Amino acid sequence: MAIGLHDSSFKNPVIRWVDQRLPVFTMIQKEYGTFPTPRNFNYFWNFGALAMINLMVMIATGVFLAMHYTAHIDYAFDSVERIMRDVEYGWLLRYAHMNGAHLFFAIVFIHIWRGMYYGSYKAPRELLWILGVVIFILMMATAFMGYVLPWGQMSFWGATVITNLFSAIPFIGPEIVTYLWGGFSVDNPTLNRFFSLHFLLPFVIVGVVFLHVAALHITGSNNPLGIEPKGPQDTLPFHPYYTAKDSVGVVAYLGVFALLIFFFPTALGHADNFIPANPLVTPEHIVPEWYFLAFYAILRAVPDKLGGVILMFGAIAVLFVLPWLDTSKVRSMRFRPLARISFLIFTVNFLVLTWVGAMPADGIYVTIAQISTIIYFAYFLVVLPALGKLERPLPLPESISQAVLGHRATMGGGPIPGAATAKPMEKA
Amino acid sequence: MADSAAPMGATSPTKAGDVTKRDFLKLTTTAFAVVTVGAIAWPFIRTLAPAADVLALASTDVDIDPIAEGMAITVMWRGKPVFVRHRTAAEIEAARAPVPNLPDPQEDADRVQRPEWLVVLGICTHLGCVPLGQRPADQRGEFGGWFCPCHGSHYDTSGRIRRGPAPRNLDVPEYTFTSDTSIRIG
Repeated sequence: MAIGLHDSSFKNPVIRWVDQRLPVFTMIQKEYGTFPTPRNFNYFWNFGALAMINLMVMIATGVFLAMHYTAHIDYAFDSVERIMRDVEYGWLLRYAHMNGAHLFFAIVFIHIWRGMYYGSYKAPRELLWILGVVIFILMMATAFMGYVLPWGQMSFWGATVITNLFSAIPFIGPEIVTYLWGGFSVDNPTLNRFFSLHFLLPFVIVGVVFLHVAALHITGSNNPLGIEPKGPQDTLPFHPYYTAKDSVGVVAYLGVFALLIFFFPTALGHADNFIPANPLVTPEHIVPEWYFLAFYAILRAVPDKLGGVILMFGAIAVLFVLPWLDTSKVRSMRFRPLARISFLIFTVNFLVLTWVGAMPADGIYVTIAQISTIIYFAYFLVVLPALGKLERPLPLPESISQAVLGHRATMGGGPIPGAATAKPMEKA
Repeated sequence: MADSAAPMGATSPTKAGDVTKRDFLKLTTTAFAVVTVGAIAWPFIRTLAPAADVLALASTDVDIDPIAEGMAITVMWRGKPVFVRHRTAAEIEAARAPVPNLPDPQEDADRVQRPEWLVVLGICTHLGCVPLGQRPADQRGEFGGWFCPCHGSHYDTSGRIRRGPAPRNLDVPEYTFTSDTSIRIG
C-alpha cells in the first residue's frame, strides 16, 4: 500500500483503485454489508428502509413532473391536467407522486410509532430521534406546499388557512403572513415561492436523512427487546439477513403502492381539488389531507386562535423532548405493562383525533376533540414522566440471543452457524 | 422453490464447475432486478417524448394565394421556419439546368411538387441557423437562393447546397397541395 492510500480489502482492480483513493466501497461494505444488526428485528424494522425508498420515488417522480409543470396561477391547473392527459405516462408519474405522499406519511407514522413503542428515542439515541422529528416537520412543510401546486380549490383554500395560522402570532403575525404570501392574499407570488421551496426541501430532507442514518450507525439499531447487543451472538450482518428481510417489506410496499396507483388513485384525495382555484368561493367543507387531520383536530379543539396554533405546533414539538419526558430506563414496552396500555390508549386516541379532524367543527365533535387533545398531551406530560417512577417493569432477558434462541443458546453457546439461524429468524 | 432439501445444501460449496443453488438465485435475482429497473425507467423516459398536445400541432395549413411570383414567405411548422417561395421562370430554369459535382446530388424535379412552388425547411444543414434570402433586400448568395450568414453556405434556387460547409441540401418537408392556393405542411 502506497502512503496516503486507504488499505482496501477489495480484489477487483478497478474497485480497489477507487476504494484506495475514496473508500466508498469499504464504507458500503461496513455500513450495509457486515454492519452488526440485532438478530431479533420484527417487520416494524422495515419501515426506515421503506421510507428511504419512498423518498427516492418522490424525488424521481417530482423531478420529472417539474419538467412539465408551470408555476403560474393561470397555467398551473391546466399544466397538471396536461400532464394527466397529454404527457406520455404523465398520469402514472403524477399518481405515483400523489399517492407516494400518502404512503410516505403512512410509512413514517408507523416508523415513529415503532420508535415510541420500543423506546428507540431513549439514550443513547436521543439525537437520532430528534433528527427524525426534524425530518417529519420538513415532510409536513413539503407536503403542504406540494398540495398547493395543482392550484385546485383545496390547494388554494388549504394554503389560505394554513398561512393564516401565522397571523395568530401577536403583533408581527399579519406582517409575517404578508411576507409568506408576497402580497395581500394567496396569489401568484405565493405559488411561485411554494414551487421553489417544494423543489428544495426534499433535498434538505435527504441531507437530514443522511445525518439520521449516520447517527443510527453510531449507536446501532434498537430492537424489539430494547436491550443492547452484548456480543456477536446477538447480531447478524446486515447483508444478506436484513437486505432480504427488507426486500419482503419492499415487495409488500410496492403491492400496496400499485393498488393505490392503478385502482384507487384518487381515493385518498379530495374531489374539490379537481375544481380550479377560485379566490371568491370557499368550498363548503375544508379538510386537510388525512395525515394532517390529528393536528388539525387539536387546532380546532381550542376556542382561542393563538392557543389553538400553539397547541397544534406543540403537539409536534413535544416529540423533541420525548427522550427526557419518558423517565423509565426500560426501552421496550414489552416489559412495561402500564406504559404498554397507556401507549395503546394513546394510539387509539390519535386515530380518534384523525377521525374527528375530518368532522365538522361543531357540537359533539368539538367536545371529542377537546378530550382527545387532553389525552394526547397527558400521555407525554403526565403519564410518561410518572410511570418511570411508579411502574415496576417485567424482568428483562439476559441477552438477545438468550431470549430469541431460548435453550439452544444455552446449549451451544457462542455464534450459531448460518444454517441454524434460519429458523429462529422467522420467529422473531 | 421446489428444491427444499436440507438447508446445508444451500450454502455448502460444491465441486468446482458445479452450479450451486446460490448461483441460480444470484442469476435470477439480477435478471429480475434488471427487468424491474428497465420497467420503472421506461415511463420516466417516455415522459420526455413529445406529448399529445405537441404532436397535435404537427401540421400547418398555409394560404399561398397572396404570394406573388418572385416573393417568398416564412411559416412556422413544429417550431421551425419553413420557406415557401413562388419561383420565377428564370429561377426555375436556373434550378433545372444541369450542375456537375453537386455536394448532395438531387434533381430539382425531385424537390418540388409544382415547379413554381419551392417548399423547404429554413434551417441550414450545417449547424441550424436560418439562411438569408427570404426578403428581397436579403443577400441570396452566389446562386440566387439562400445564403447562411453563420458559416457562409450558399444554396441555389432549388435549395441545394452549392458551396460552403453545409453537408446536405435544405430539407423538403412533407406537404400536400390541399387546393391550388393552399398547402398543408406535415
